[in-house]
Amino acid sequence: MKRGAAHRIVLTALAWAAALAVAFPLLWTFITSFKPELEAVAFPPRLTGVDWTLENYRTVLDEGGYARSALNSVVIAGASTLAAMALAIPAAWAMAFAPTPRTRGLLLWMLSTKMLPPVGVLMPIYLIYRDAGLLDTRAGVILLLALGNLPVLVWMLYTHFREVPGEVLEAARLDGASVVQELTQVLLPLALPGLASAFLLIFTLGWNEAFWTLNLTSTEAAPLTAFMATFSSPQGLFFGRLSAASILSILPIVAIGWFCQRQLVRGLTFGAVK
Amino acid sequence: MIKRMLLTALAVSAMTACSGAPDDGVSITVATVNNSDMMRLKTLSREFEKTHPKIHLNWVALEENVLRQRVTTDVATRAAQFDVVTIGSYEVPMWARQGWLAKLDQLGPDYAANDLIPAMRQAISVDGIQYAAPFNGESSITYYRQDLFRKAGLVMPAEPKWDFIVQAARKLHAPAHGTYGICLRGKAGWGENMSLLNTMAHSFGASFFDMNWRPQFDTPQWKTTVETWSGLIRDFGPPGAVANGFNENLSLFASAKCAMWIDSTVGAPVLADPRSSGVADKVGFAAAPDAGLGRRASWLWTWALAVPAASRKAAAAQQFVAWATGPAYAKLVASREGWGNVPPGTRISLYANPEYRKLAPYAEVTLAAIAAAHPADPAIRPVPYTGIQYVSIPEWQGIGSETGRIFSGVLAGTTTVDAALAEAQSATLRQMAKARK
Repeated sequence: MKRGAAHRIVLTALAWAAALAVAFPLLWTFITSFKPELEAVAFPPRLTGVDWTLENYRTVLDEGGYARSALNSVVIAGASTLAAMALAIPAAWAMAFAPTPRTRGLLLWMLSTKMLPPVGVLMPIYLIYRDAGLLDTRAGVILLLALGNLPVLVWMLYTHFREVPGEVLEAARLDGASVVQELTQVLLPLALPGLASAFLLIFTLGWNEAFWTLNLTSTEAAPLTAFMATFSSPQGLFFGRLSAASILSILPIVAIGWFCQRQLVRGLTFGAVK
Repeated sequence: MIKRMLLTALAVSAMTACSGAPDDGVSITVATVNNSDMMRLKTLSREFEKTHPKIHLNWVALEENVLRQRVTTDVATRAAQFDVVTIGSYEVPMWARQGWLAKLDQLGPDYAANDLIPAMRQAISVDGIQYAAPFNGESSITYYRQDLFRKAGLVMPAEPKWDFIVQAARKLHAPAHGTYGICLRGKAGWGENMSLLNTMAHSFGASFFDMNWRPQFDTPQWKTTVETWSGLIRDFGPPGAVANGFNENLSLFASAKCAMWIDSTVGAPVLADPRSSGVADKVGFAAAPDAGLGRRASWLWTWALAVPAASRKAAAAQQFVAWATGPAYAKLVASREGWGNVPPGTRISLYANPEYRKLAPYAEVTLAAIAAAHPADPAIRPVPYTGIQYVSIPEWQGIGSETGRIFSGVLAGTTTVDAALAEAQSATLRQMAKARK
């Protein structure tokens, strides 16, 4: 019994240590955001006797553009995820329930397109966007992110859909359900945890996207990733301000993740144990 | 919950799609680097909008490397997303020759072009025509701790030699007391260790290329340069100096860890300000060292505002450039934030201003360093390129990055000076051969 209790204490301590290690960068960023610039770069770092300040947050918010960038982030990440879902759900449904000998190869090929470094296609896409008038527009970024994240999303939904017994769909069909009804009233409710986790992951990918948003937007469609880039500099002291900008930029996504963590964990572990 | 989230996202999309009122007048987009001078300009530019109500400014402020990539893509493809771009003295001559920049030789009488420091004006002109307007300028100088020098019985000459710097670093190196003899850039990169190495090399009588564009790493002058640089850092520098660039050394010096530091004049206001420096009352300023060969290790750089040739709002953009880089803006900064915050390094009148000189103990050294820099004639022998800390050719970014990585290997202990020089020579030959194809 005593041995069991000791075992539990060790495991709990290990779990706390692992959690702390994972959360440490975020925690450190949070602490740094309240330090004056000179303290933010001091080595060894101090936690006592620091003149804690809100100045970094004031500076970041005074620069202007935070509200617009936050709104752009919500719109771009949200709309690109919804658009990708709209395309990926029928694709994954067809692949999961009406597979052909080439389905697996097709899935792998789709995923392989994610392996191309984005910089390799920057110039052609930039020129196409210039000629199409899509530079610095939300529509342009939404289109690119939706298509860019599509392979990952199709793969994820395909895996989730495969967990749903085909007989259930067959029974619905025998009861006279149309294709749309089969999809919306039977399959999607059954795969809801998987859909939720896929939505959240793709939303997070869209939220964190920096390469395309930095290159294709300037003012009107610039999201928080572009806003954050304003505060990193190779000259001068900037860690305090950058930390404050980082915290402000991740707050919305952390809040969303916090509220949806049950679905996220459920979705991530879906099908992991048979 | 998911349903609610989806509905919210849709509602936000719909709301924003309907928003956005049409704007009267001209809206120009300014792409700039996010240094403190530029961020101040962004704040004070509201005054420009007040006096020019038909011109509205949009700002994109980015870190230097991101800005460079972003602006180059935009200007080279003539996408015209930006009407005013912030570029350095490295880009201006190359871009002007490509026809990517509008001429800025008619900025009006209020601009006072003759007040520009000649070296700066030359750096942003091609064939005598100005293609950009310098906003702030910098050179490199020697920072030193006056208290430590006094204690060690040393006197920093106004124009030190490299030999003296080595001796002083040896004497002042006291890692047990948390002070290192000297801090220098070790971080790999064409804008990091190669800026310092290239400038040092010119002061030791070396050059990057000869008149036939042959790299010169196989000369004894380059060997002396790399040996001096790596020896100073290895023997008298802080640990982990291979990762130290401008920022890291600035914070080391500001927190009293370095007895000397040779770097950009941009650090001077930060180190002289007690709010950002722990050594504000102890820091001294001297010229960058030389080897007595007629070239001091002073580089020259300017961040300048230019108008892309593809801009469709060039007239409004030029009005803003003239205002932001002219004497009126300097007066505005002085009236709001004091003369100490006026963008330095571009105008003669600033250095003649007694109020500025009183606030900036580094003013005289900075002006002398800028005057001592000759980007059009950087080496003792004739060379086919311009630039001191860089070589003004498109291949430089690639060459500088690769050679910077090779030389940082000397500090990391993965290669020797001789091996690094041989590798740098062959790497540069290879890149130049590729460029000729």
